[in-house]
Amino acid sequence: MTSFDAIVIGGGHNGLVAAATLAKTGRKVLVLEAAKDVGGAARTEEFAPGFRVSSVAHVLNRLHPEMVRTLELEKHGLQFARTDFLPSVALSRDGPALMLHGAYGEVLTGASSSEQSAWKELRAQLLRYAGILKPFLSRRAPDLAGMSLLETASLGQTALALKKLGKEDMRDFLRVLLMNVADLLDEQLEDDRLKGLLAFDATLGSHLGPRSPTSLLGLYYRLAGETGGAAGAQVLPRGGMGAVVAAIRAAAEKAGVTIRTSVAVAKIIVEKGRAVGVALDTGEELRARTIVSAINPATTFRDLVGPREIDTGFVRKVKNIRMKGDAAKLNLALDRPPQFGGVDAAGQKGRLVIAPSPDHVERAFNPSKYGEFSPEPVMEITLPSLADPSLAPDGACVLSAVVQYAPYALKEGWDAGKPKFLRAVMAQLEAYAPGIGKSVVHAELLTPADIETRYRMPGGHWHHGELQADQMLISRPVSGWSGYDTPLEGLFLASAGSHPGGGVSGAPGLNAARRIIAMKG
Amino acid sequence: MAQATRKKPVANTANAAVSARIVAQGHFRTLRLGTPFQPRLDALAKTQDWYNWAGYRAPHSLWDEELEYFAIRSQAALFDISPMTKYRIEGPDAEALLNRVTLRDVTKLKPGRVHYTAWCDDEGFVLDDGTLFRLSPTRFRLCSQERHLPWLLDSAIGFDVIVQEETEAVAGLALQGPTSFAVLRDAGFAGVEKLKVFDLADFPHDGGTVSISRTGFTGDLGYELFVPADKSLSLWDRLMTAGELRGIRAIGYTALNRARLEAGLIVANADFTTAEHAIRADRLRRPDEIGLGFMIDPEKGHFNGRRAILEARAKRKLRHVLVGLEIEGNIPAEHAIVYYKKSQEVGLVSAAMWSPMAKRNIAIASLERPYGDTLVEDLWVEIYAMRELQYQKLMKRAKVVARPFIKLDRRTANPPADF
Repeated sequence: MTSFDAIVIGGGHNGLVAAATLAKTGRKVLVLEAAKDVGGAARTEEFAPGFRVSSVAHVLNRLHPEMVRTLELEKHGLQFARTDFLPSVALSRDGPALMLHGAYGEVLTGASSSEQSAWKELRAQLLRYAGILKPFLSRRAPDLAGMSLLETASLGQTALALKKLGKEDMRDFLRVLLMNVADLLDEQLEDDRLKGLLAFDATLGSHLGPRSPTSLLGLYYRLAGETGGAAGAQVLPRGGMGAVVAAIRAAAEKAGVTIRTSVAVAKIIVEKGRAVGVALDTGEELRARTIVSAINPATTFRDLVGPREIDTGFVRKVKNIRMKGDAAKLNLALDRPPQFGGVDAAGQKGRLVIAPSPDHVERAFNPSKYGEFSPEPVMEITLPSLADPSLAPDGACVLSAVVQYAPYALKEGWDAGKPKFLRAVMAQLEAYAPGIGKSVVHAELLTPADIETRYRMPGGHWHHGELQADQMLISRPVSGWSGYDTPLEGLFLASAGSHPGGGVSGAPGLNAARRIIAMKG
Repeated sequence: MAQATRKKPVANTANAAVSARIVAQGHFRTLRLGTPFQPRLDALAKTQDWYNWAGYRAPHSLWDEELEYFAIRSQAALFDISPMTKYRIEGPDAEALLNRVTLRDVTKLKPGRVHYTAWCDDEGFVLDDGTLFRLSPTRFRLCSQERHLPWLLDSAIGFDVIVQEETEAVAGLALQGPTSFAVLRDAGFAGVEKLKVFDLADFPHDGGTVSISRTGFTGDLGYELFVPADKSLSLWDRLMTAGELRGIRAIGYTALNRARLEAGLIVANADFTTAEHAIRADRLRRPDEIGLGFMIDPEKGHFNGRRAILEARAKRKLRHVLVGLEIEGNIPAEHAIVYYKKSQEVGLVSAAMWSPMAKRNIAIASLERPYGDTLVEDLWVEIYAMRELQYQKLMKRAKVVARPFIKLDRRTANPPADF
């Protein structure tokens, strides 16, 4: 039997990135994936005969450039040009849409000229401030207890960057840092469509409304991502999100990584405080010097390690990680492309957002606090088959949408609630794209409960834990253990549940691997 | 007028609710709770010298501190330990849970046995020490100074076990002193002579059972008795009647505190600060820093704090040490500062007394390593003796000595002696 230096549990994109990065140092690495295929929630799957779609994550906007470089993903067919950048379209029921072109609205159309200049200023400010946070949101979180010289130096660089802002700007950065997005938008903008779009983007994927304190952080998180070197730029990968995973997988295999699919890990074997291997649900045991868990951190400790091998205080912290997803995924197979009102052909290929105003987003959020779904949900829609006809049969169309708010713990239960929620979502779509209902060949709605079961993400949360101020940086996944290592020697974490968080970035996987290499694990 | 008529019933309901609430809150009128033995203690409390023990009214002394101490050493002393926090931990995983929570190897604790143990947080800082009673293969009683229910409940996540606080439901008595065995025998607890040190067994009492263990906090021959609260007074009377001719006396904490010091035993939040109470970061203590290092068993499997404790040992991060001191002269060095070469502060005395049994001036002190650890020469304590409204500063030589300060054969003799 082959022996491995490292075993990576979970073949999601972060697991593959960690595996590939480790393998490039000459380590022998094995990836164990429970599903039939790797990729986790970033796969391309057939959901109706002839229709394929990005399973959960569908827009790429934060692939970590250092990861792309380290794994040489461009050699594996992953390249994006400016022409691939996807516009964002704020849909309007009764008028023309508003469009952000280029990298997160380098050009704004469909708005008044005063709004255009206000946006130009706000955009520059948002990117400037996101730029300050960017190093924090890509590197390993600062280790307050034992900071290395390098870490201290990079913190110093951030301080310098802050200083460079100038006094006024620095004060304003600190003033708005933990603000809610709605108030900031009201300070600077007029147009409800634009404000609605930004309010939606800031709260996408979290249990926050635009008026919840700290909701602006979500927007910074988004803008700290980049594509093709442009901050805030987004693309639809050709072939769906699975294509990104395929490139990472190719890089991993080229580096010598062994990948086994359809093998579920039942247990992490611990001996004398050290993780020494894994036991599969078939009973097979595999041993390695380093175990990397690229699955949910709570699952890792609660189910695979078990509370007997860890301290009570740590169990407490893990138990308290908030991870109840609030977003659903809608996949529609349509017999013809839908017509969204007020949107031109280029816009149809863009990211279409239904979030008419911050108030609307806030009202959509309200019921979710009490275990009810939004009667008028907000959503981001893409029609990926328009640019990539391989995803749908001739003349037909795929619609992929992320819909909020759909609380994981729905009071009436998702068995009863799902058909009702689907009706609410379809009614909302019908209002913006009249006639769409009649063109539906097949509809697949994945509630957080479905996402949980299908992709093994507790709470159906795509960040593997709420991405809010108290669960970020040095507190992710739990305070005191944000550096990818764990209380168990030889066990490391590498999923989106670790710093910096979710989205298809590969940053947690890359950072975890670098940490392992630094610790000579 | 019409309005007023409509309002009236509403006001009545509100008043009724408020009254009901006030009645339910009557507990605040009792400043400190009484224990199940309170009627007996009240009858004996000549000094009216009470203190607060975990919310209960407990006596410092009842009639005379000195004589109460000598009751422990020459007769039989009865001390109410009901305020001690008690947890019932029961279920198929009770052993596994306690092995994970506490330092010592619980798999080695047989049913019918008791051991002294301690438990730590994730950083290996001591949360408390206490005694663990194994009542059956699957049932334990954990006794301690502080309260730990949230910690125990969170520790029980993933274990098939129930954790229940039973402080109120179970009354406790310590019967300590040379005649304690004879008192129990005369009270009719047949078979009590079979109990060796740290053994426990159930005995019939008043239509129920009392659990008796040969344990205590005095370093003397002695027993501890746990009984359901509603059988507590009959147990007290049974012991007092049987012990009348054996000099049985009820005592308060001051006497017990002296006996425990002679026995070299430490008290949480007196000789060290428990982790959840410590406000200052440098007050936290690992087991090795308060003389409990012997409890740590790195081979037994995982336990709370294991990683941190072993790392502190390996990286020499242990900064303190708890020692026994013998101090020249006969003035107790209570809370005296300990010096190296009479000038450099190296620690503090947490408990001190002139020991009538050892005929030595003894103390327990916490020192900063290496003092008390590898450097034990030239240590001094500064005693402030109050002499007619003037402090007289005494610099007395202190010698690090082994604990316990006294060792009584009768504590462990089998069968226990009949005095």
